[in-house]
Amino acid sequence: MSTAANAGFSLLANLPALQVVVPMVAAPICTFLRFRNGPWAFALLVSAATFWIAATLLMQVLSGGVISYEMGGWAPPVGIEYRVDEINAFVLLIVSGISLIALPYALRSVEREVPRDKHHLFYAAWLLCLCGMLGITITGDAFNIFVFLEISSLSTYMLLASGRDPRALTAAFQYLVLGTLGATFILIGVGLLYIMTGTLNIADLADRLGPVSDTTSVRAAAAFLTVGIALKFALFPAHFWLPNGYTYSPSAVGVFLSATATKVSIYVLLRFQFTVFGDIPAFAELDFATLLLPFAVVAFLVGSTVAIFQTDLKRLLAWSSIAQIGYMVAGIGLGGVDGLTAGIVHLFNHAITKAALFMAAGAIFLRVGSMHIDKLAGIGKTMPLTTLAFVLAGLSLIGVPTTVGFISKWYLILAALQHGAIGYAIAALVLASSLLAVIYVWRIVEVAYFREPATDREVAEAPLSMLLPLWALTIGCFYFGLETGYSVDIARAAAQSLLGITP
Amino acid sequence: MIEHLVPRILAKLLIPFILLFGLYVQFHGDFGPGGGFQAGVIFAAGIILYALIYGLDRARSVVTPGLVSFLVALGLLIYAGVGVATMLLGAEFLNYGALDSHDPVHGQHLGILIIEFGVGTTVAAVMITIFYQFAGRLKITRELEADDEDDADEEQVTESPR
Repeated sequence: MSTAANAGFSLLANLPALQVVVPMVAAPICTFLRFRNGPWAFALLVSAATFWIAATLLMQVLSGGVISYEMGGWAPPVGIEYRVDEINAFVLLIVSGISLIALPYALRSVEREVPRDKHHLFYAAWLLCLCGMLGITITGDAFNIFVFLEISSLSTYMLLASGRDPRALTAAFQYLVLGTLGATFILIGVGLLYIMTGTLNIADLADRLGPVSDTTSVRAAAAFLTVGIALKFALFPAHFWLPNGYTYSPSAVGVFLSATATKVSIYVLLRFQFTVFGDIPAFAELDFATLLLPFAVVAFLVGSTVAIFQTDLKRLLAWSSIAQIGYMVAGIGLGGVDGLTAGIVHLFNHAITKAALFMAAGAIFLRVGSMHIDKLAGIGKTMPLTTLAFVLAGLSLIGVPTTVGFISKWYLILAALQHGAIGYAIAALVLASSLLAVIYVWRIVEVAYFREPATDREVAEAPLSMLLPLWALTIGCFYFGLETGYSVDIARAAAQSLLGITP
Repeated sequence: MIEHLVPRILAKLLIPFILLFGLYVQFHGDFGPGGGFQAGVIFAAGIILYALIYGLDRARSVVTPGLVSFLVALGLLIYAGVGVATMLLGAEFLNYGALDSHDPVHGQHLGILIIEFGVGTTVAAVMITIFYQFAGRLKITRELEADDEDDADEEQVTESPR
């Protein structure tokens, strides 16, 4: 234990801890704020602070390398270490950024969809969920990942069930059962690793795993971790909780979770597959990321196909999320710098695309009061701005050039083409899945623009507090599709650091 | 409320000792077995026993749901507050040594005592909340059933003239 250095308070030195502590302290304070819009304004303020911290951390990492922070002054590997490198700084930025942009949007959605006496609890759960996801991302300790996973999962169950729709309760319970199963698997995996190595620090685990790596226990640990994490990010066939959860929860929750929760779980997969199990020769023959590849391909084909047949707009988007998760895992499974870059850049690209689409869907729900596609007839005339944003973000989902979706698929296909005949087949399937996406986005366009609006009631354009975040993300879909300097370069740096290649 | 004399008298005798034992486990936790989690559960068990014997309404008037939800948040704030305090004193988050500028060991002692108190507060309050919620459900279900019976009676009344 290092002696207490009374050097005075240093904000910059404590940023890794503050990244998690700020939302954690804010959540209980949020429950005290019972006045109108108080919890919302407070959550927005806290979210802005966490976003600033994440941005500063990313700058520090890009200029000065890995940051390590000793929790409680206990040096790693004994103590809990918070470790920020390129990849988790990037994920921290995505998570806190989406929370910051989803909260202004949440104001009207939550007012409509969550009972008024629950608002302070709703925003407290939001902040706890944010705290959990940031904690999973920033920590360098395997057990700490599990603890934060529980914090984010428990608050997610609450967020999913917080709406007025009673079907949300069954959906949340379904996720509770599967999520607990996933968390238990992860805990068993971490426990096995701890038994075999006597350490929980991720960097230390990677060092000490070498001599014992060719044992059943370590292989079982890798299997438990992979299956547990796959349950959390809803990889086909462990996706059953996702469509119901996103369909029946309040719109703002769909925006926030679809863009963050699955991304954080994919980050955990990357962390275990590459940082912990990456350098081990025994795992070279049986690469778990490659094992996930067939599931990823089935995920994007089945996800896109099922999305076509949905009659509920949010459910359609949820199934499309399952397909998009397939693309990310496919990139990771293909491996190599290009494959990983494709997977990681798609984390960011899908986050902004899907957040924009869920925002448009939520805005339509606010005005129309239904998500049934037949009820959306003529919505292009009554809500022109919302519908246009939906269509533009939909183009990004398909992967039309000049959008972020195109960038992701470009790198994914580049990575696939390096793998010979199987690679060509995967590239062809990615293109086929994109064509399926054209069909389900077109269904909405057809209903929205080529059918006459129902005349029995007036539908107004969405409020400005929803349009601004929606359009900010839609423009982001195009801006980052043309200016790939930030997203692709950071993703490439992250991929190289995961593979241990110095650029 | 339970009308039998034996459980009522026994509960009256036992509850003060249960609460006292909870506090002992809480504050003696750094010398002997114990700590915030166990102490919180024991303390909450005392309140829950009171509610079981004397009825949910009386328990709720003693330990109000508003107070309990305040305590849930307060416990977490105490815990995280210690961490923030150590950061403000120039050390890492939850580095208790910084709490006492002369003797780090004394600071560590103080730090663990305070955060365990935070844990105990939250655990006790959460246990009581869970109990109130489940026990409250029973009351709601009974009321709903009673309403249904009333409706059924009314229907019979309206049907009888036919």
